[in-house]
Amino acid sequence: MTHPLAPPPKKNPQKRSVSPTRPPEVRSRAALHLTAAAAEGRFALQRCAECGKVQYPPRDACSACLSTDLPWQDMAPGGTLIAETTVQTSPRLYFRERMPWRAGTVQLDAGPTVLAHIHGDVARHARVRVVARLDQAGQGVLVALPETDTPNMEDDPLMRALSADPKHRRVLITDARSAQAPALARALKQAGAAIIFAGEPESWRPYPQRAELQALGVEILPMDVTDTASVQKLAGEIGGKTDILINTARFLRPGGVLDRGDTGFARDELEVNYLGLMRLAQAFGPGMCARAADGVNAAAAWVNLLSVGALSNARPFGAYSASQAGAYSLSQSLRAEFRPSGLRVMNVFFGPTEEDDWYQPLPPPRVTALALARSVVDGLQRGLEDVWCGDIAQDLRDRFRRDPKVLEREMTLGGEGA
Amino acid sequence: MARPASYEGVALVAPFSTPYQRYSIDTAHHWIATALRGSLQAAGLKPAELDGFSVSSFTLFPDTAVGLTQHLGLCPRWLDHIPMGGASAGVALRRAARAIQAGDAEIIACVAGDTNHIDSFRQLLSSFSRFAMDASYPYGYGGPNASFALLTDRYMTEYGATREDFGRLCVAQRDNALKNPNAVMKKPLTMQQYLDARPIAEPIALFDCVMPCAGAEAFLVMSEERAQSLGLPYARLAAAIERHNAHADDPIQLRGGWTMDVDVLWDQAGMGPQEMNLVQTYDDYPVISMMQIEDLGFCAKGEGPAYLRNKDLTISGDFPHNTSGGQLSAGQAGAAGGFIGMVEAIRQVTGQAGGTQVPDAERALVSGFGMINFDRGLCSSAAVLTTGARA
Amino acid sequence: MSTLANFASRIATGEIRVVDLTHTLDPDFPVIILPPEFGQCARFRMEEISAYDHRGPAWKWHNISMSEHTGTHFDAPAHWISGRDLPRAAVDEIAPADFIGPACVIDCSEGAARDEDFELTVPLIEAWEASHGRIPSGAWVLMRTDWSKRRGAEYLNMREDGPHSPGPTPEAIRFLIDQRDIRGFGVETVGTDAGQGSHYTPPYPAHYYLHGAGRFGLQCLSDLDQLPATGAVLIAAPLKIKNGTGSPLRVLALVEET
Repeated sequence: MTHPLAPPPKKNPQKRSVSPTRPPEVRSRAALHLTAAAAEGRFALQRCAECGKVQYPPRDACSACLSTDLPWQDMAPGGTLIAETTVQTSPRLYFRERMPWRAGTVQLDAGPTVLAHIHGDVARHARVRVVARLDQAGQGVLVALPETDTPNMEDDPLMRALSADPKHRRVLITDARSAQAPALARALKQAGAAIIFAGEPESWRPYPQRAELQALGVEILPMDVTDTASVQKLAGEIGGKTDILINTARFLRPGGVLDRGDTGFARDELEVNYLGLMRLAQAFGPGMCARAADGVNAAAAWVNLLSVGALSNARPFGAYSASQAGAYSLSQSLRAEFRPSGLRVMNVFFGPTEEDDWYQPLPPPRVTALALARSVVDGLQRGLEDVWCGDIAQDLRDRFRRDPKVLEREMTLGGEGA
Repeated sequence: MARPASYEGVALVAPFSTPYQRYSIDTAHHWIATALRGSLQAAGLKPAELDGFSVSSFTLFPDTAVGLTQHLGLCPRWLDHIPMGGASAGVALRRAARAIQAGDAEIIACVAGDTNHIDSFRQLLSSFSRFAMDASYPYGYGGPNASFALLTDRYMTEYGATREDFGRLCVAQRDNALKNPNAVMKKPLTMQQYLDARPIAEPIALFDCVMPCAGAEAFLVMSEERAQSLGLPYARLAAAIERHNAHADDPIQLRGGWTMDVDVLWDQAGMGPQEMNLVQTYDDYPVISMMQIEDLGFCAKGEGPAYLRNKDLTISGDFPHNTSGGQLSAGQAGAAGGFIGMVEAIRQVTGQAGGTQVPDAERALVSGFGMINFDRGLCSSAAVLTTGARA
Repeated sequence: MSTLANFASRIATGEIRVVDLTHTLDPDFPVIILPPEFGQCARFRMEEISAYDHRGPAWKWHNISMSEHTGTHFDAPAHWISGRDLPRAAVDEIAPADFIGPACVIDCSEGAARDEDFELTVPLIEAWEASHGRIPSGAWVLMRTDWSKRRGAEYLNMREDGPHSPGPTPEAIRFLIDQRDIRGFGVETVGTDAGQGSHYTPPYPAHYYLHGAGRFGLQCLSDLDQLPATGAVLIAAPLKIKNGTGSPLRVLALVEET
């Protein structure tokens, strides 16, 4: 049984912070599909389209019939641990620092045999559930879990390394004014977050949910993502104890190019949605990267809340979608820049929200703040990179993956003329 | 399977082993040149007389056998590069023997060697294979230790083998190594020391693992007539097999490719396992030696531990095994680890083994096993050598 | 000694005191808030270009951005629809002499402290004149409320039904323009109109009437309590922005020490 994780002691100021090290990152192109599925929390393997043989390790041709048509499919997680070892020495620094390391051979019900990390609660020769998770190199790895959940199983050091669990971590919600901030704070608190900070822009402008945040014990501190100095100031104050940053700052107005007729709102959209993200990353990113191996409450994740319009422009929020596309692209750059430290970037995509007034004229379905908050916490607990919250986001994702041009055409219909 | 043509008329001569070094500041080129030179000198030949060259090495990068010809000033008309690790010697020998029989070359040098820098083992691991990179290293990065630990764990579970069973192999090999002045390991090993050693990747402990080092091994292949005219002691090749990626659907490796070809081997050799005077198995981990003894017909699958419990595996025993100490005690000089048993076997059947000589050795089995690409060794080889002419 | 030489020397000796009526341009200084579907007034923002570093080794400088109507600022006639067709309605077209004039400070601070929706009415103006004399033609009339001493949310004083801050009635503004021919009207609040000014007829009467008559507005002034009721001279020169409807200001008042 896993011991419940104790809150970390206060940091010894005389000790050097441990530099982040990483498990191996290099993979073949084929193997990156395992990572791509793990990024969304799915366990997928290649199954030959012609003869049906399930392949592992990832291949470029079927080992039964030489077909090169090897689509990735979600797999049943069941398997049996048929051999195991506890590695005590490794030339790889990451594992050397974490010895002993349990690994084993799992014969999957789906066919192939895989090498996997073994959760501490798995007994010898036991039945297991195999899941795919992202490790600290950001690559998909297979983990054999006990067949049914065990108490505190997410507190196993292996699972801590394969997640960004908010438990015992200190979280910054960047914009307290966000319609989603209270629900997020509540969900984080329930997930065991140690401290929740919230940045508050324009304290001279009252807003009703402030009292709600205060009642939840959220520490409200001044910060406006459009004001570089204020971002730097807050990073100076709490950057060293920000373990998870959730960027809720968002500027949203309807309108495309012609119907607006000016660049006023577009500027605000870029200032908040794009440059705001950049300012936050420049101020908080380096400190978080440096603390990515700092024990139980090491810096773990950077979370962006993004409109699914980032994938394909979504009228009538055309200009806003463009700013979200910019933020999405920037998040990919951040992923690359954070990668050496192991700090995760999780993007949570969603469609029209219930609580943001601007979506009021749109038909349902909408994403509630509660659903979004649950998605964020679940994504952190499972160490995901991409989370699709709600029916609209998932629908657009699927259509985008089927054919981005067809989706674009559907999203840009001109309406029936004469 | 039809019996392959005989290897008659082929002679294996001039076995040469460099002393092994734990770490070397020299390159694979240096070690290969040293072994090649030693072998040619033993045969009284000049490099220019060589017209065939076969190389096995992991640390030549960015060179291959081609680059080595220019580097070493060789001008062969037959060239081979055998990247098959522990199975290299048997495979190199099969190809060289056929080239000699066909007249494609007259004198072929088969050489394997690698260097070992402080960090080269780690670097070698990191670029070993695509499947290892994708599906093995990310899980603890235990390298071959972890891979063989899993096989060992399963073997023990399946057949009830104990650590003592593996220890017996290791202790006997150390005993043999003490008679080999080139061996890296110089101190005796007791069963208790074996059992008490620190774990490396359970159930594998320190003395189940080879010591990576630098070194090279070489021998020459030519016609019997040529060997005789040069007045050289030589071994004959009675039979040889190789196999790759056998039993791919076994969930975990408990047997190797030998099982597919063992009947061909003994049929071609015209003799059986019990007629061998000594056995050289590929011993990167003792479980693999156990597997070879089973798969090459000494006993049934799973009975290796019981079979060996009643045997004396030392040079003077009734089952002389890995007489030079094998890799476990002499060291693993990269791809040369695939040659160590072959070169020692040639020495044995030609009466040149010195301190490790098995008296009157005339028939030797040499087995090879190589390349954990992902979860199992893919290449297997075996050869039966007999005495042609003694020193 | 010429008048100007005399003037300069009296500033040097302190016989003429220079009072700064300007708030510091600060990113966190409140600006007027309109319904969110309307365009909004940009906050003051400052980004470092370099600071004696790799971006410029020996110098430090910033790019700044803001609205014409951010911080202590000037409203030109072109700011309002009523003034859009007037000649010389934009800041770059106004004659420079028009920026300078005598200041009459009507102290409403007691009333504003009592009532956040305090109104400046014609009777109050007449009562002020009874004490301080008739407002001269071409004067800057400044409504002192001490609102510039408020901080944070208190300044805009925003509620569910909009902001609450003092301002003039439509009649008072018309009186100042039609009867007293003022140069402009200045306040310590965020607008020349009261916080609830949209509920007058016409809405935002100070803006509507002042700019319709070619007069100027001064907003977000500070420290009006430092000025005498009469006798000060105000200099409020906007940046020369082409077709500009207003401009951030450094407002100076010259006060003769007696």
